[in-house]
Amino acid sequence: MGLFDKLKQGLRKTTRLLNTDIRDLFKSEGRLVDEAFLGELFDKLVKIDMGVEAAQETVDEVGEAFRARVVQENDVLDKIKEKLKTLMAQPTAPIRFAATGPTVIMVAGVNGCGKTTTIAKLTAMFQADGKKVVLGAADTFRAAAVEQLTIWAGRLGAEIVTGASGSDPASVAHRAVAKALETSADVCIVDTAGRLQTQHNLMQQLTKIHRVLGKQIPEAPHEVLLVLDATTGQNGISQARHFTDAVQCTGLVLAKLDGTAKGGVVVAIRKQVGLPVKYIGVGEQADDLALFEPGPFVDALFADVG
Amino acid sequence: MFESLQENLSSAIRALRGKGRLTESNMRDGLELVRRALLEADVSLSVVKDFMEHVSEQAVGETVLKSLDPTQHLIGIVGRELVNLMGPVDHSLHLRSGISVLMLCGLQGSGKTTTCGKLGRMLRDSGRKPMLVAADLQRPAAIQQLQVLGQQLGLPVHADLTAKDPVALCQAAVKQAKASGVDTVILDTAGRLHVDAELMNQLTLIDKRLGPDQVYLVVDAMTGQDAVLSAKAFNEALELDGVIMTKLDGDARGGAALSVKQVTGVPIKFMGTGEHLDALEEFHPDRMAGRILGMGDVLTLVEQAQQKFDQDEMAKQEARLRKGEFTLDDFKKMLGQTKKLGPINKIMGMIPGLSSMGDMLDQMDAEKDMKRLTGIVDSMTPEERRNPSRVIDQSRRRRIAAGAGVEPHEVNELVKQFDGMADLMKRMSGMGVRDRMKMMQEVTQGGMLNPGAKFAKQKVGTGKRLSSAERAKLKKERERELRRKKRESRKNK
Ligand SMILES: Nc1nc2c(ncn2[C@@H]2O[C@H](COP(=O)(O)OP(=O)(O)OP(=O)(O)O)[C@@H](O)[C@H]2O)c(=O)[nH]1
Ligand SMILES: Nc1nc2c(ncn2[C@@H]2O[C@H](COP(=O)(O)OP(=O)(O)OP(=O)(O)O)[C@@H](O)[C@H]2O)c(=O)[nH]1
Ligand SMILES: [Mg+2]
Ligand SMILES: [Mg+2]
Repeated sequence: MGLFDKLKQGLRKTTRLLNTDIRDLFKSEGRLVDEAFLGELFDKLVKIDMGVEAAQETVDEVGEAFRARVVQENDVLDKIKEKLKTLMAQPTAPIRFAATGPTVIMVAGVNGCGKTTTIAKLTAMFQADGKKVVLGAADTFRAAAVEQLTIWAGRLGAEIVTGASGSDPASVAHRAVAKALETSADVCIVDTAGRLQTQHNLMQQLTKIHRVLGKQIPEAPHEVLLVLDATTGQNGISQARHFTDAVQCTGLVLAKLDGTAKGGVVVAIRKQVGLPVKYIGVGEQADDLALFEPGPFVDALFADVG
Repeated sequence: MFESLQENLSSAIRALRGKGRLTESNMRDGLELVRRALLEADVSLSVVKDFMEHVSEQAVGETVLKSLDPTQHLIGIVGRELVNLMGPVDHSLHLRSGISVLMLCGLQGSGKTTTCGKLGRMLRDSGRKPMLVAADLQRPAAIQQLQVLGQQLGLPVHADLTAKDPVALCQAAVKQAKASGVDTVILDTAGRLHVDAELMNQLTLIDKRLGPDQVYLVVDAMTGQDAVLSAKAFNEALELDGVIMTKLDGDARGGAALSVKQVTGVPIKFMGTGEHLDALEEFHPDRMAGRILGMGDVLTLVEQAQQKFDQDEMAKQEARLRKGEFTLDDFKKMLGQTKKLGPINKIMGMIPGLSSMGDMLDQMDAEKDMKRLTGIVDSMTPEERRNPSRVIDQSRRRRIAAGAGVEPHEVNELVKQFDGMADLMKRMSGMGVRDRMKMMQEVTQGGMLNPGAKFAKQKVGTGKRLSSAERAKLKKERERELRRKKRESRKNK
């Protein structure tokens, strides 16, 4: 299955739901755009976790363009799509590779969002491009976190650097980059322990890891990916904000999009924090990763409505 | 005629007691505020809608406390309703004397394995002999994770690295528990999506074969709108007995608690407040309500205000009346309030016992008289205001009249009116504050215009009309009870 199929598969449920919802708004002969209409539209957008503010903005735009007019669904959908596509636009190349030497990618996020699994998926993706990957198991805190990444490394045939349970995660990260330099690997991915963005000490620890990476390779980390669980609601905004403050995140990976959650909070995050989505996770296996593309993503959301 | 009477009455009551009653219109801003807060806290839209409808139904007609505006007051009501909705609390694990089986389930990464360890620790500390069962045969190193936790706690862990079938593994675990003196078995199942039919069937199968005593859904506090969908699906596949909400140590508002409670109907028992194994606390709806509204203190504030108004202030006023400390300053304040009422005197006149007040007010031309009266009172010394009829002699009267620009006899009239009022107040005070207000209200409004009205309607949470969803919930609870009974009889055989 190609990546795009995967993406479409992952989004099918979302699409179906959203399509039906939007369609419900319209009668065949068109419908008057009034307060009730805009209210229903607002509800639909809130339902995909877009957040009150972003939903309101979209609704306002629709209201401005169509209020007091009788509309066909296409008019309104085009308007919403246009709005979402502009909002979610981002440079096409998701990973900024190092000009020379290993590209260092740091992965962070709250507890249980899918970091370690995402790292396995990224590894498989880079390997498919013929790249050599070294993993750094810098989650030395959670029970068997190291074993988890070690199992993935074994399955994928990637090199892994580990540390003792409870040891300094920054030093594991440091050794991982050293290993990548030493073995001329193309990519070094550093796993970090899950932490809530409000835990000051743990966020400082994350900043320290980030700093250590930069000392070894001036440009590193080249990417700092924040993994976001697609079921996350409005707290995602706080996550994006605080993690970006601590380690200058470069983008999001939206994991667990294979459920019924819409992950619409990324719209609010894009608006308020500016972080683009780079990849989406659509399953628990190593090949369950797809590139996030705003165009197809938004189109897929509204696919058979036109 | 009735309309204007009603209008005047409501403004009368507004002046007498805060800003009147909650109406659809004076609640509008407050309702919007609350709706937004709930949505921003990730309460599912459908739940928000039901809730707002319920709340405005409840709130319309409630008397607003003097110290609050309608919006604040509404938020107080919302807090109370949130607490009602998330309750009642039940922190018991309903363990039996024989072997009890607890099962945890939920979406990927919600915190099941960690919570297993936390429950194990809690049970161990309460004198039980728990065993953890590594029934997640799916996720890399899930078994090892539970083993590490077991080691940290010194608890036995049933695990089999080569096992393929979680159902068989759980059965073997219970058998082993019986043999080794364990009294509580905690099953850590694999995370799964509620739309994954195969894995959901597997979960149902474990439930059927094992007949766990308690099945808990573990929910991440950061969950958004999806919470209703997943919780509903888990509740349909299994007979959930409770919910454990994790990761509440962050800044998530946790609106999912409301959604999950609403769709499953089972109590939220515990909350996870950290990664460490001691970070498990009993769930308290009142704390959660404040958190969801994003204004933890508002509830307390409202409560305090209510208490203050109902008790402190009223009692104080009461006491002062009894002691005859009702002063001209109080009188002035009261007149200031009644000033806006217009024909309030007519209404008062209709009330037995208040007719004298009505008459008294009748003699005044509100606007002009007020200025005059205020001028008079302002010209008095504090001592004169406290005790006008005793202190004010002729020379004082002349001085006051000059200061206020009135004739001395007008000062006299005011003092007489005040005496009448104070006397009236004293008589009313004997009735007790509530009775007095009640009497006034029932006679004026309840009796004639609004037979259903009750004073300061205090919701006790009884006689609630059931929605079809709630009826379904009740039915499910009955079924759950039946199943449990069946389970028991099976086990006791
Ligand atoms: N369905 C689905 N499950 C996923 C996806 N990504 C991760 N998971 C599952 O989510 C759970 C948590 O994933 P992890 O990768 O361990 O998450 P983490 O962020 O590393 O967790 P901590 O290190 O404990 O903070 C696991 O059961 C994964 O299999 C996804 O895209 N879809
Ligand atoms: N801050 C915080 N973290 C928690 C809490 N409960 C669990 N976690 C963390 O959340 C992450 C996931 O927890 P697990 O117990 O592995 O979750 P799980 O549901 O067993 O995950 P899967 O088995 O992969 O589906 C881990 O990093 C835990 O340490 C909590 O109450 N607060
Ligand atoms: Mg991890
Ligand atoms: Mg687990």
